[in-house]
Amino acid sequence: MDIKALIIECFGTLTINKMRTGLAILGIVIGIGSVIALISLGQASQQAITNQIESLGSNLLTVQPGAQNSGAVRGAAGGAQTLTLDDAKAIMSSSKITTIKSVSPEFSKRSQVTYGRNNTNTQIIGVYPAYAEIRKITVSSGVFITERDEAAMSKVAVIGPQVVADLFGEGANPIGQSIRVNGQSLKVIGVTTAKGGSGFNNQDDVIYVPLSTAQKQMFGADYLSSISLEAKSQDVMVAAQNEVGYLLLARHKFTDPTQADFSIMSQNDILNTASQVTGTFTTLLGGIAAISLLVGGIGIMNIMLVTVTERTREIGLRKALGAKRKVIIYQFLIEAIILTLTGGIIGMLLGIGISFVLSSIMGLPFTISPPSIALAMGVSGVIGVLFGWYPAQKAAKLQPIEALRYE
Amino acid sequence: MITVSHISKLYKTGDIETVALSDVSFEIKKGEFVAIMGPSGSGKSTLMHILGALDQPTSGEYNLDGESISKANDDELADIRNKKIGFIFQAFNLLPRTSALKNVMLPMAYAGIPESERLVRAKKYLEMVGLGNRMDHTSNQLSGGQQQRVAIARGLVMDPAILLADEPTGNIASNQAAEVMDIFTKLHEKGHTIVMITHEPDIAEYAKRVITIRDGKILEDKKNK
Repeated sequence: MDIKALIIECFGTLTINKMRTGLAILGIVIGIGSVIALISLGQASQQAITNQIESLGSNLLTVQPGAQNSGAVRGAAGGAQTLTLDDAKAIMSSSKITTIKSVSPEFSKRSQVTYGRNNTNTQIIGVYPAYAEIRKITVSSGVFITERDEAAMSKVAVIGPQVVADLFGEGANPIGQSIRVNGQSLKVIGVTTAKGGSGFNNQDDVIYVPLSTAQKQMFGADYLSSISLEAKSQDVMVAAQNEVGYLLLARHKFTDPTQADFSIMSQNDILNTASQVTGTFTTLLGGIAAISLLVGGIGIMNIMLVTVTERTREIGLRKALGAKRKVIIYQFLIEAIILTLTGGIIGMLLGIGISFVLSSIMGLPFTISPPSIALAMGVSGVIGVLFGWYPAQKAAKLQPIEALRYE
Repeated sequence: MITVSHISKLYKTGDIETVALSDVSFEIKKGEFVAIMGPSGSGKSTLMHILGALDQPTSGEYNLDGESISKANDDELADIRNKKIGFIFQAFNLLPRTSALKNVMLPMAYAGIPESERLVRAKKYLEMVGLGNRMDHTSNQLSGGQQQRVAIARGLVMDPAILLADEPTGNIASNQAAEVMDIFTKLHEKGHTIVMITHEPDIAEYAKRVITIRDGKILEDKKNK
């Protein structure tokens, strides 16, 4: 019997018992569908996080103060007030620093902001003009903080589009208006271009003011929240990290780097940590999905075994009419493969559909990774052969007389 | 055509040996219509299985149309059943929910005959058994007699050396049984070799020769008048 006739024959027997065929396929559909959906969602979130971190700026180093320790009590990292404007100025002017292009000392604090009757709670960041270049901030209207604003401690603010929406309403022009922050009245001189992001890391929900204004006029603080540094190129990131590290160690009078009251993180460090976390997450999801795929495969084997018993007479007849052992094995294997491949294709479409819908709901980029599809299809084919083999052997070994007598 | 010489068949269940056939010998020539009779437990089913190459004798020689069947392996037996033997079973044994046409085409598929020829031949034999207008009916849409006629067409389609019928009218209403037996008579007139197993004397009447078996041995071998 040629293979084409056999395949047609198998399609015939599968369509005869639609319920059984449908149930067998369902297991594989769910297995493959969840593998593809979960892996592509995992990869989408990984990509989303990578994109967001990269949009913070390139060749970026961030110096943060260490934990505030008093006696044996260790506070949260970044809570100390050990980083000062003098540190930033030293990095700018020191002859030992050769790899840093620009320096942006920052002071940030959350505060209530009001305009007329509207108010919102947002992040106030005191910055140098260099901040815009380092963090890749552009203004969609008006101007950013200038050197003159900084020198004159001007009461001006550049606000993010989210703040515009919260205080002035969507699409309003806030330039020239005055907002009140922490008892001070600030004039809006610019609006930044929307960057996206969400939650506490929303780069559109911020108000930029000159550093001097923030420190002296608004919050009365003499320390910095962080210093952003831009290295001259990607290649000197490590050198830059070391130069700045030794300079600050010397300034803060530490000899042991592990005791330092500050930390320097490069963008790569953040990126690596983040992708490690999301990678683990993706693996975990894939693992869960793989289990459901295995369960689906066992389901196919179960149904095929039931089929062999149920069709004992048919197998006996086929053997009596001249079907050789191999033909019976092929018939059952092909049936199992048709089941798993059909399930695989439907599951693939379902998985792509689910990840499309979920990623658009969750605002993630929609990615389909061809390897995960190839893997899922390959696995479903292998499952067909693997779990079809045992029932096929069982069918082929039936003796025709016994099989014909079976009631 | 068929030479059975000194065939014995023993079944072993644990320590108990049962003799199903003991030292049976006979010959059937081409074109004969033979009935094998006997009560249940006489060994006639065992003989039918051996004649149909579904089982092999414990000892003795069985030669069908020039092929020795006693020594053939599983796949060779499948091939012999496919090409030399046309089976007609008591319970018809058609594929369920499958059309008459597809049922008749099945043995040809196992022989590797191309689809177009399978179709032509299946139609020809279905017309011959008077089911030309019911080829697309599935087996459960046909009466017992019609199902048995589909089975006869399926048995003939490979142009086998013998037609082997096991109680062909056992599951059919008596008026339809006559129809089926008329087909056997016609096939005999056309020169087909037919071996029929039955325990009903009036069905055995249709055959030209009756071999009676009892306790695994041939009791009588006589010509019908």
